[in-house]
Amino acid sequence: MTSLLETFKDEALELLQELEAALLALEETPGDSPLIDRVFRALHTLKGSGGLAGCEELAGFCHEAETVFDLVRSGQRVIDRDLVTLTLSAQDHLKGMVLAAMGGPPVDDDLTAELVAAFQALLPPRETPATAQSRTEHPGEQNQDTYRIRFRPATGIFRQGIQPQLLLAELARLGETVIVAQLDSIPPLDQIDPENCYLYWDIILTTTGDEDSIRDIFIFVEDACELLIQKVDEDGLLDHPEDYKRLGEILVERGDLPREDLERYLKQKRRLGDTLIEAGAVDDGKIRSALAEQERIQKLRRQRQASDQTESIRVRSERLDNLVNLVGEMVTVQARLTQLAGQRLDAELLAVAEEVERLTWDLRDQVLTIRMLPLDGTFGKFRRLVRDLGAELGKDVIMHSEGGETELDKTVIDQLNDPLVHLVRNSIDHGIELPGVRQAIGKPAKGCITLSAKHSGAHVLLTVADDGAGLNVDRIRAKALEQGLITAGSELSERDVLNLIFLPGFSTARQVSNVSGRGVGMDVVRQAIDALRGSIEVQSQPGQGTAFTIKLPLTLAIIDGLLVNIGSDQFVLPLSAVEECIELDRNALSAAHGRNLVKVRGEIVPYVDLRDEFRLVDNRPDVEQVVIANLEGLRVGFVVDHVIGEHQTVIKNLGRMYRDISGISGATILGDGRVALILDLPQLAERAEQSEKKRFTAL
Amino acid sequence: MRKRVMTVDDSATVRQILKMTLEEASYQVFQAEDGQDALEKLIDQEIDLLVTDLNMPRLDGIELIKQVRQSPGRRFLPIIMLTSESHPEKKQAGKAAGASGWIVKPFKPTQLLAVVRMVCPS
Repeated sequence: MTSLLETFKDEALELLQELEAALLALEETPGDSPLIDRVFRALHTLKGSGGLAGCEELAGFCHEAETVFDLVRSGQRVIDRDLVTLTLSAQDHLKGMVLAAMGGPPVDDDLTAELVAAFQALLPPRETPATAQSRTEHPGEQNQDTYRIRFRPATGIFRQGIQPQLLLAELARLGETVIVAQLDSIPPLDQIDPENCYLYWDIILTTTGDEDSIRDIFIFVEDACELLIQKVDEDGLLDHPEDYKRLGEILVERGDLPREDLERYLKQKRRLGDTLIEAGAVDDGKIRSALAEQERIQKLRRQRQASDQTESIRVRSERLDNLVNLVGEMVTVQARLTQLAGQRLDAELLAVAEEVERLTWDLRDQVLTIRMLPLDGTFGKFRRLVRDLGAELGKDVIMHSEGGETELDKTVIDQLNDPLVHLVRNSIDHGIELPGVRQAIGKPAKGCITLSAKHSGAHVLLTVADDGAGLNVDRIRAKALEQGLITAGSELSERDVLNLIFLPGFSTARQVSNVSGRGVGMDVVRQAIDALRGSIEVQSQPGQGTAFTIKLPLTLAIIDGLLVNIGSDQFVLPLSAVEECIELDRNALSAAHGRNLVKVRGEIVPYVDLRDEFRLVDNRPDVEQVVIANLEGLRVGFVVDHVIGEHQTVIKNLGRMYRDISGISGATILGDGRVALILDLPQLAERAEQSEKKRFTAL
Repeated sequence: MRKRVMTVDDSATVRQILKMTLEEASYQVFQAEDGQDALEKLIDQEIDLLVTDLNMPRLDGIELIKQVRQSPGRRFLPIIMLTSESHPEKKQAGKAAGASGWIVKPFKPTQLLAVVRMVCPS
């Protein structure tokens, strides 16, 4: 069983990550109160669970930071860069404390004291710890209800020494308010008595307090005002529809519109608000107020529903890995069952086999989605990196992210970290120019790194882009020559030259900096991406920036494959790349003069003869099949004997001996226990292209 | 600028509590011992808030409130009366005279400040 401490560790590290993300976002939008709440909540929860887990020191430490953010939350302190920096240091220190509690190296007590003192210095002097404690004991975990309030003071209220705006301010202390002033009682200018109050207000208040706490605020003006308080939304009820009442209904409930009038106006089949204003039936302010109520409550309900939906359970990831392995075995056995059932010609057995097949597919899909995680978390980590690196190099860099909700297999995400760090470091170090340089060429002083992710078929495209100087094609060419990676005469397209940066040992950094250019080249990035069965490409515009695009498979464990055979051997092609299958016309071949080209609906498509490629000596059948694959925009055919059909392919890694064989990415076990190799189509195509070139230069 | 409060009470203890509490909350406090004393001191003292007891010798609180309200520059001045639980009816009389609000004695410093904040925030 997991110990309490271990559970706490997991929770704490997650909270610290959340804290960091919120802090960094807060730095960009300092007044954002949901973000402030997130920071506060993270600290508060950490304090609470730390105390329960027996980490008193950690709880005490959190308390100091929490107290400061409580002030921020109540508007008594503003967020500035110093506070963010201090809290980020505290976040790092807290991580150390969590690890220390788990038996890691002890934290520096002097640093603890230093940070505590720094937080305490931010508190107002008369704030004693005892009162701070009592204030923060009960954060908004109670139910939040929403009230509709109409406050219409008597016109003579000023003469009672009461200023209505102070009461509204007091109301705002109870919770979140939307206040709409109603102006319809203001008389014409010549009839105005400046000592009178002609305004009245509609307030939508979301609060943890009850109706009495609202009435208390108006206690001094009780008999000198009209006060209407109605509860319009209640937290904790389960049967709320997401939609709130319609505009007309709200107006009738408030007494701003008689019901029979509503029915009459509704018959006009236009937008009710417009109709009512045009007809002069309801004042513009009343409509705005009703709409504000509608919007507020719909937003609340959506938020509530979203938070209900994100309920989750925590499972150790190795359990999931086991589950995926079991499903993999299951898929293999199911394939065998289907094959046997096909041979037995037993209708009943066949029906069962089909049912098992269907269920196995569903099971596979479900299990694979469990392992999918959004990229948000990964992107979040980079905000910190970008900020710190930029500061270190004297560059002002911000990070944008797009498509953080895109999901990828956890294994892929874990292994993606290092290559992404490398790319981002490179972009900041080599790509983004110094602020002075940027301004001199008319760019904003602030550089920008964009991390984005999106789906593309069975793949996810991840892009790391900067708006920096771009890659220098001539310098790359010169460097590659100097390092002997290309020869003087070689003719390379711009794209080819750019891709030279992925070759081992390539680096153009003029100066070895602390950040990159330490000999770990882009080849390491490429290897890591290759290991994930992905690919990487670079695009660059001089003066405008560089973009690295990484294409990754959604999952590593099981893929949809196309099973084919050549003689007695069977192979699997990734179905995601396959476009179509056609028969190979021998007559068309002769027209190609011995070159491996086939005409597909008027388009010339090069093909790879897999029988030749693998030197298989079985007899070639009279009619062969060509599987046309789309390899990043390039159509390439692969000639096989027969196409057998779709196959759920559980990927097994090849042993160490076979790892370096090009053209093969893995193997799978078929229903009858035989092994089929999984083809690496881009590698095969590249290999064929090279041997073709050799053949023709030799001629 | 700090907000100026005049406190009027015949009890030195109450005056002391009012002064301490309000000064700690950054108000500037002027003291008077009864209604008459207050009226005299108000002749050449501008204030932003008046806090007065009701039951006082020489000139009581209700009368003080009436007279203050009638002076032209103080028609909108916030006025808080200190009432006791044993005389709830005085509340009505005070309001009729022009008081903005009230605090029931005995009160805690936080209660006092909550009411003061509502009519005259520091």
